[in-house]
Amino acid sequence: MAPLIALEDVTKNYRMGDVEVRALRGVSLTIEKGEFLAVMGQSGSGKSTLMNLIGCLDRPTSGRYRLDGTEVSAMRPDQLARIRNRTLGFVFQSFNLLSRTSALENVELPLLYAGVDRRTRHARARASLERVGLGDRMHHTPSQLSGGQQQRVAIARALVNDPRVILADEPTGNLDSRTSVEVMALFQELGRTGITVVLVTHEADIAAFAGRVVVLKDGRLLSDRRQTPAPAVPRGEEAA
Amino acid sequence: MNLLEVIRVALRALLRNKLRSFLTTLGMIFGVGAVIATVAIGEGARSQVEATFASMGTNLLVILPGTTTAGGARGGSGTQPTLTWDDLKAIRTELPSVRYAVAVLRSGSQVLSEDANWTTQIQGTEPDFFEIRSWPMELGTRFTQSDVDSGAKVAVLGATVAEKLYGANANPIGHVVRIRNIPFQVVAVAGKKGQSPFGQDYDDTVFIPVSTFMAKVQGGLQKFIAGQILVSGVTAARAQEDVTALLRDRHNLRPGEDDFFIRNLAEVASAQEESSRTVSLLLAIVAGVSLLVGGIGIMNIMLVSVTERTREIGTRMAIGARAVDILLQFLVEAVTLATCGGLLGIIAGVATARWMTALFHWPVLFRADVVLVAVVFSALVGVAFGLYPAQKASRLDPIEALRFE
Repeated sequence: MAPLIALEDVTKNYRMGDVEVRALRGVSLTIEKGEFLAVMGQSGSGKSTLMNLIGCLDRPTSGRYRLDGTEVSAMRPDQLARIRNRTLGFVFQSFNLLSRTSALENVELPLLYAGVDRRTRHARARASLERVGLGDRMHHTPSQLSGGQQQRVAIARALVNDPRVILADEPTGNLDSRTSVEVMALFQELGRTGITVVLVTHEADIAAFAGRVVVLKDGRLLSDRRQTPAPAVPRGEEAA
Repeated sequence: MNLLEVIRVALRALLRNKLRSFLTTLGMIFGVGAVIATVAIGEGARSQVEATFASMGTNLLVILPGTTTAGGARGGSGTQPTLTWDDLKAIRTELPSVRYAVAVLRSGSQVLSEDANWTTQIQGTEPDFFEIRSWPMELGTRFTQSDVDSGAKVAVLGATVAEKLYGANANPIGHVVRIRNIPFQVVAVAGKKGQSPFGQDYDDTVFIPVSTFMAKVQGGLQKFIAGQILVSGVTAARAQEDVTALLRDRHNLRPGEDDFFIRNLAEVASAQEESSRTVSLLLAIVAGVSLLVGGIGIMNIMLVSVTERTREIGTRMAIGARAVDILLQFLVEAVTLATCGGLLGIIAGVATARWMTALFHWPVLFRADVVLVAVVFSALVGVAFGLYPAQKASRLDPIEALRFE
């Protein structure tokens, strides 16, 4: 079976003022369905650029990118928007929820752009929120929720369209260690249901929860190793 | 995403910032309110002018005889009798563009009732005169063609004369008034016509048959009309052309030698209307400028909003919004702001105009088409001034937008 994500000698250059930045200098990477992959590297290593490419927010300068069997590296912006909507789910460091908008409506947003009717939208958003354990917080606005809860709303939003891949960019960067572990537990669970998770982080103890860790340096793959993921059990509950 | 959903999303976004949305629409509210109020007041004034001129009669021409020139002194219009009774007959019978044509002879005289007197204007004319002026009787029946033919001594009193001679609300029908010592039987009191645009009281007059006038009040010239001819045309302009051609032909005149004058009252009326229309237009321009300012206000706030919500835009793009979805969302937000402003402006404008009426007794006239145009125009203002911010939003790079602090 073809891998879910297949990057082949991908490069990405962009200009910053007068300087040509070679953010990726030839990266080849395949990710299978259900894998939980952590991308690590120092700032400037190209991990964000890699994430944007995998997330179809950007197109590579050269190289090929096949997502779920489809070549996406040459797609037009509207086609990419459709891929992002149907195949991918995004989780951001700062949650990026709409303020003064209920959790339910936030989660419904991708379905709105997918053209799903109102009733189905409600039902699926509800189910998605229940899946992340927020069934009782549906009508709360972000300001009425804790950071961990907000991130779980964001994960529910990423999941609502039944994506093949969840892309998480430093999802625990704004969370304390206890809620970080809760979020990682959620990601591990997604992997078990066949959803691929790609996580960008610079924290080794967060990467430890992934089953595979890729390290980038200066736009190239430095290492790619599989590991036994650490059990995501919040501290203090280990004994239980 | 269908349009209904887009509108719903836009409304949500606007309601998230209620105070700002309201303040943004204020410009539109004032703009549209000004349009509605000024046009209502302008139209009110115009319809009043129209009503005034309609009371003079519609499509009215006044034909006056020419002038004499004696020793270099020109006598002014009407000093030389040039219009004949045959001319009148020809105008009446030969021109299809003429509906009615009558002679009007005038003379000032004292009128006596049994126990009062009043000096007024006696007008000798024909029954069609009342058709031309669309002048109904208040009491009784006006004199007829057979009264004219027989030279009957009957009189129709103007409302003012009736009041001066017999008091208000009296019924003078059947009474006898004396004009130049000749008894006339009162057959009718004409309805109240009010004042001319120049303050002359239309009702201060007595009408008698033209034949009686010539025989008893002011004798003289049998062949010529010692007064004027009133003509009501199908259209004033057409009738004026035809009458001019006919009279030139009958008097053997070349253009420029006319021995008669034609006054076209429709022209006077349209000049009056023109001036009130000019005022309306000026007001509308001022109102249009304030709409423009309102539109700029909306653009300003939309630009601020796009910058402020850059991350929201990035997020929406990341989860699958296409450029056109973002464009539509912001465009619909702008149009919604503008249209809501327009609708509130209509309410404000109507209220202002009514208030003006109550305060200054200005007549106002609301026109449905103006209201419709105001709504459509404010929506267009929303499109025009919302397009640039919306385009700016839709062209954001999602990566940049997500990174925006």
